[in-house]
Amino acid sequence: MRHIISILIENEAGALSRVAGLFSARGYNIESLTVAPTEDPSLSRMTILTWGSDEVLEQITKQLNKLVDVVKVVDLSEAAHVERELMLIKVRATGKDREEMKRMADIFRGRIIDVTESTYVIELTGASSKLDSFIAALDAGLILETVRTGVCGIGRGDRILKV
Amino acid sequence: MISGAEIVIRCLQEEKVDYVFGYPGGSVLHIYDALFKQEDVKHILVRHEQAAVHAADAYSRSSQKVGVALVTSGPGVTNTVTGIATAYMDSIPMVVLCGQVPTQYIGQDAFQECDTVGITRPCVKHNFLVKDVKDLALTIKKAFHIASTGRPGPVVVDIPKDITAQVCEFDYPKSVQMRSYNPVVKGHLGQIKKAVQILQEAKRPIIYTGGGVILSDAAEKLTTLARKLNFPVTNTLMGLGGYPATDKQFVGMLGMHGTFEANNAMHFADVILAIGARFDDRVIGNPEHFGEEKRRVIHIDIDPSSISKRVKVDVPIVGNVNDVLDEILKLMDGGFTADPEVADWWKQIDEWRGRNSLAYRQSEHIMPQYVVEKLYEVTGGDAFITSDVGQHQMFAAQYYKFDKPRRWINSGGLGTMGVGLPYGMGVLLANPGSQVACVTGEGSIQMCIQELSTCKQYELPIKIINLNNGMLGMVRQWQEMFYSKRYSQSYVTSLPDFVKLAESYGHVGMRIERPEDVEPALRKAFTEYKDRLVFMDFIIDPGANVFPMVAAGKGLTEMILAEDI
Repeated sequence: MRHIISILIENEAGALSRVAGLFSARGYNIESLTVAPTEDPSLSRMTILTWGSDEVLEQITKQLNKLVDVVKVVDLSEAAHVERELMLIKVRATGKDREEMKRMADIFRGRIIDVTESTYVIELTGASSKLDSFIAALDAGLILETVRTGVCGIGRGDRILKV
Repeated sequence: MISGAEIVIRCLQEEKVDYVFGYPGGSVLHIYDALFKQEDVKHILVRHEQAAVHAADAYSRSSQKVGVALVTSGPGVTNTVTGIATAYMDSIPMVVLCGQVPTQYIGQDAFQECDTVGITRPCVKHNFLVKDVKDLALTIKKAFHIASTGRPGPVVVDIPKDITAQVCEFDYPKSVQMRSYNPVVKGHLGQIKKAVQILQEAKRPIIYTGGGVILSDAAEKLTTLARKLNFPVTNTLMGLGGYPATDKQFVGMLGMHGTFEANNAMHFADVILAIGARFDDRVIGNPEHFGEEKRRVIHIDIDPSSISKRVKVDVPIVGNVNDVLDEILKLMDGGFTADPEVADWWKQIDEWRGRNSLAYRQSEHIMPQYVVEKLYEVTGGDAFITSDVGQHQMFAAQYYKFDKPRRWINSGGLGTMGVGLPYGMGVLLANPGSQVACVTGEGSIQMCIQELSTCKQYELPIKIINLNNGMLGMVRQWQEMFYSKRYSQSYVTSLPDFVKLAESYGHVGMRIERPEDVEPALRKAFTEYKDRLVFMDFIIDPGANVFPMVAAGKGLTEMILAEDI
């Protein structure tokens, strides 16, 4: 099962390596990890996309809670939530492909944020599956470079993760 | 305004630390200078940093205090890693103060620099790098707080040398609040009620307890509870002494080298009351085999992640063992009737007991089990026993009947050879005047043998019971049983003359080769040489093996008994 774990953690040097170290030491998977300070700069919010059975997920959240720097842990995917990922993708845009790329970006509601004679950089936001679909829809030979932020997410409505 | 080095010492004084185990070096010279100028905190100079941490660890295990070690940067720190990992696995509260190169040199590959926080991260409860002298006192306060609360564990504080030279006001906080660290102490009352209900319904119950009972000082409450319930009690290796071993309700240690009755009772129980124990691989054997029996499990543990980690738990109770047992006892006072069928269960257990699974063969040589039995008699069952890791450790655990907690001091989780002698040092300093014996083997003892020198310096009269079979006994046992007797690297040749070795350090050495000399030698060591360290080199039967044994990957009831061989 795919899970999105959100963590509020003290914004201290080494906090990230404590989390990353825990995952590697206990053999848990990290599909993606994003981290940045929150509106309170003493706290960081980390989002980890992971896979595992219910038992493994129970252990992951318990082990994360045990880390002294971790303030709160929640499995976002347990209930209603929204998730987004940002991708920047650099594609070859020459000849007939130039127009095609523009069309594809429009269809997926992407934005072209850098233009040269031969390339575009397209910015695309959405659920990871949408980004995957966009990549699949392009001619693989035209993709020069991709960079993705990994998933971040937030609970819907009154589900709030805060100190 | 005082210097960072003086702040370190003042913090230790505030924490009422009486002993620090350590070894000086460049990065901690300011701290050692501050140490020199006062008398409250005494320093024990070990001969290797590993021993400093082991001794601090045992100081904690045998008292209720936090052990403290002090080492220099780089190799000083890397030498402590085994000791820190050992304490971490057994949840021992400890603070390790490490020197670090000056702040501006960090990351420059400076002389005696290592990434202390990085190297120790996976084996500490928490660690800190102090970046400002103003944070120093609060950081040390936090270190003691974290080490000693919740599930205890070692905490490392890395202190750059320049911080120890800078000055600031000293203000030691009385208490500390951390929004990210608030361990649960009180168990959930609803869960506790459910547990008591299940205990009333139990027909084949067992109380299975571990190191958590010792760490939360709940041995007395456990005994009260067990007597009220009249249920059988088994202890893990770490839990020995949590329940009096001479009591009739005690069925012995369980697990890989547990008794026939303990392992069977655990396996076939319909209700397991697990207290401060974690169902580890050496305890339940093959988890699939263990899972074949239907049973209900009540699990009390302060660490939520220990619950349902290896065995599915029906009633989890997160909390301090001591507090939770209190609540259970209170509820039981309101009326508790055990199921009458428990009497039949006791009959079954007595039948298992009849197998006498700790009986061992006689020999013209000294049998190691016999040495431990005699040690038990001679010390009146009241000694602190430290041990190393291997056959001798199991013999000590099986044949020395611990009636009190904090008397059995060994590395259960990590299984660290070499701890026995430094453990003895820590125990003796925490419990001056006590009888302390280190049950070891010629393999393990050589891993920290240099501490014989420390023992001389501080006059620590440990009795070293060296069960010498010229073999790495446990390795040999596995090779004999599972590797067709190919004894790959499990013999120890070129052994020193331990008698002369002990004497060269200024101690008493004895070599005991005949069974009839065992008891007189032990008596002599504990009377005539009461105040001396005595190295007793017992030349034992090299073929002696530890039984019962659950082979790796086997089920808990699939024991190999001595008579099967």
